[in-house]
Amino acid sequence: MSFVIVQVIVGGLLLGAVYALFSSGLTLVWGMMNIVNFAHGDFVMLGMYAAFVVFTLFGVGPLGGVPFATLLLAAIGVVVYFALIRDIMKGPMLAQILGTFGLALLLRYSVFWWFGADFLSLPQNIVGGTLAFWGLRIEAARLLAGIVALLVTLGLHLLLTRTALGSRMLAVAEDPTAAQLMGIRPDSMQAIAWAIAAGATGLAGALIATFFYIVPTVGETLGIVAFVTVSLGGFGSVPGALVAGLLIGVIEQLSGYLIGAVYKDIVVYGLFLSFLWFRPQGLMGKNS
Amino acid sequence: MKFGHLLRLACAATVAAALAGTAQADDKVVKIGAIFPMTGNAASAGIHAKYAIEVALDIINNAHPELADLPLAKNAGLAGLGGAKVEVVFADNQGSPATGQNQALRLITEEKVVALVGAYQSGITLTASAIAEKYGIPFLTPESVAANLTERGFKWFFRTTPIATDFVGVYYDFLMGMKAQGAKVDTVALVHDNTEYGTSVAGTLAAGFKEKGLTILDIGYVSNATDVQSQVLQLKEKKPDVVLMISYTSDAILFAKTMQAQDYKPPLLLADDAGYSDPSFLKAVGKLSQGAFNRSAWSVGPPGSPSAIIADMYKKKSGDEMDDTAGRDMQGFFVLVDAIDRAGSTEPAKIQAALKATDLKPSQLMMGYKGVKFDEKGQNILASAVIIQLQDDGATYLTVWPKTNAVKPPALPYKGW
Repeated sequence: MSFVIVQVIVGGLLLGAVYALFSSGLTLVWGMMNIVNFAHGDFVMLGMYAAFVVFTLFGVGPLGGVPFATLLLAAIGVVVYFALIRDIMKGPMLAQILGTFGLALLLRYSVFWWFGADFLSLPQNIVGGTLAFWGLRIEAARLLAGIVALLVTLGLHLLLTRTALGSRMLAVAEDPTAAQLMGIRPDSMQAIAWAIAAGATGLAGALIATFFYIVPTVGETLGIVAFVTVSLGGFGSVPGALVAGLLIGVIEQLSGYLIGAVYKDIVVYGLFLSFLWFRPQGLMGKNS
Repeated sequence: MKFGHLLRLACAATVAAALAGTAQADDKVVKIGAIFPMTGNAASAGIHAKYAIEVALDIINNAHPELADLPLAKNAGLAGLGGAKVEVVFADNQGSPATGQNQALRLITEEKVVALVGAYQSGITLTASAIAEKYGIPFLTPESVAANLTERGFKWFFRTTPIATDFVGVYYDFLMGMKAQGAKVDTVALVHDNTEYGTSVAGTLAAGFKEKGLTILDIGYVSNATDVQSQVLQLKEKKPDVVLMISYTSDAILFAKTMQAQDYKPPLLLADDAGYSDPSFLKAVGKLSQGAFNRSAWSVGPPGSPSAIIADMYKKKSGDEMDDTAGRDMQGFFVLVDAIDRAGSTEPAKIQAALKATDLKPSQLMMGYKGVKFDEKGQNILASAVIIQLQDDGATYLTVWPKTNAVKPPALPYKGW
């Protein structure tokens, strides 16, 4: 019994890494620009379809799918910023919510119209199959996604804290007017932030597609977890999203195994709410 | 304002013409409402239901002498209503019981349909049919199997498909048949989601099996799961003899993938239709689920037989082979329209009476039921099913049980991949 628990925890960590991977983009956008992007899950869904298209047309797995999806989604991110986000940011909160929600529906049903309702799938063992060692079974696809999650988190964190570009982005987040006075263009910084965030979702989607099913509504299924992960981790904190994701993954798996799957959401959200009650800024958010 | 006056006159004239036009159309068209999931995770099933009904409409509205035994196929349109054509208004339930209910209301009050068919998910059939009951409009479900749908004392609700209480008998007889061949079938794990469908079918099967002396292991999960590793690990640990899957498509796919990742093959895997019949499931993970058993009332006969002709028509329209669920949708729709034809009227009370008097013989059906006859609860007491098995190509199901219907003997143990 005790050894199966190790498998459960390992599974939880891998699942959590996946949650962290597709939440990293959201925390960047939410923390930096105070925009709640309801279309976030659907960006991930687009990344999944991009990887599928690359596979169908060229027979290439993640090696081709990931760069393509990342660049495609980054481009979409820039377009969305200039076409929609820049304007709704000037409006009230309701405009932002409805705007991104409308975008989510537009993306979801365009994909529905183009690809149909069928569940699509990349071949089962496109990334190596399952690794078995020390009595554990770890899907190579999930392990890859987990490692990439760590790298992406590290990369984004270094970008924000150690580079000039990162400092400029944070400056715009803190005070757009002051940043403008310092010669930083808020428009460009925010567009870059959207491009990076969307690129991260494309990367996440392309990797997740190697082991999850692909369907237009998958954004809905995964999206809500992204919001919980970002809130728990702290808005704007990329390392926070990683820790929160891992935590949620492990708690979800453990409670699903020990208590029963139908109760795991109660445990996760119960702990989530109690934690926020004590520390509203999340694990690593700044004290407001 | 002379122009304004002229414009108003023109509008009034157009409206009058349109209304007159509609009034004329009313005599020649019978409108039926169909509520199915066209979006959401069960959309694949809903869209295949739409194809099935469209094929049925082709058969009803046009003359098909080659299907002469099926009522309504010989003539074009409904003979009982002077050749009137049938028109279906499809509504999307979006996978939500509340939306299904609203759509039922809209179809009845605005589209003025004379009957309703749907809604795939038992939880949505529950709410949508409650509206139909309130307005006195017949509601026929061709495929929702939750037992309680016919336990509400409704007068306007009818169901053609076999249901969970029927499956207790079908599954138990099948398992005993496998036991006679040497398989161990004492512990049955019921893997089910937490919707109306999963909960009620699991409950009915558990009660029925326990009564017959089997041990039950209940593995519930939340539908539209992001991950099912814990459940598969529980199964791996507890080692049940039989795993009975009661899942919609998205979760069925996740379970198939996770079982392969965790290298778990139950000795016998039996699926309660739903996800496992969806062509999407077969395309995505059929190759990982070889040897899975399933229930069905659909089988294709020899070339030239009605079922073969219909299978062909369906394949042309949808691009996929007919599956059991789409077949049940088509059959239910035929039964409903046949009742309207026999009623000779679109008055709800007359249709209700005609439905109650339904007595179709097996030769008049395209599904393998023993007939269609409704009891006082609205349930078809002649509904039945056989057991089919997914072949090694991961794409074809063949009937394997009972022996009288079997095309091939059942293969054990479960092959998987």
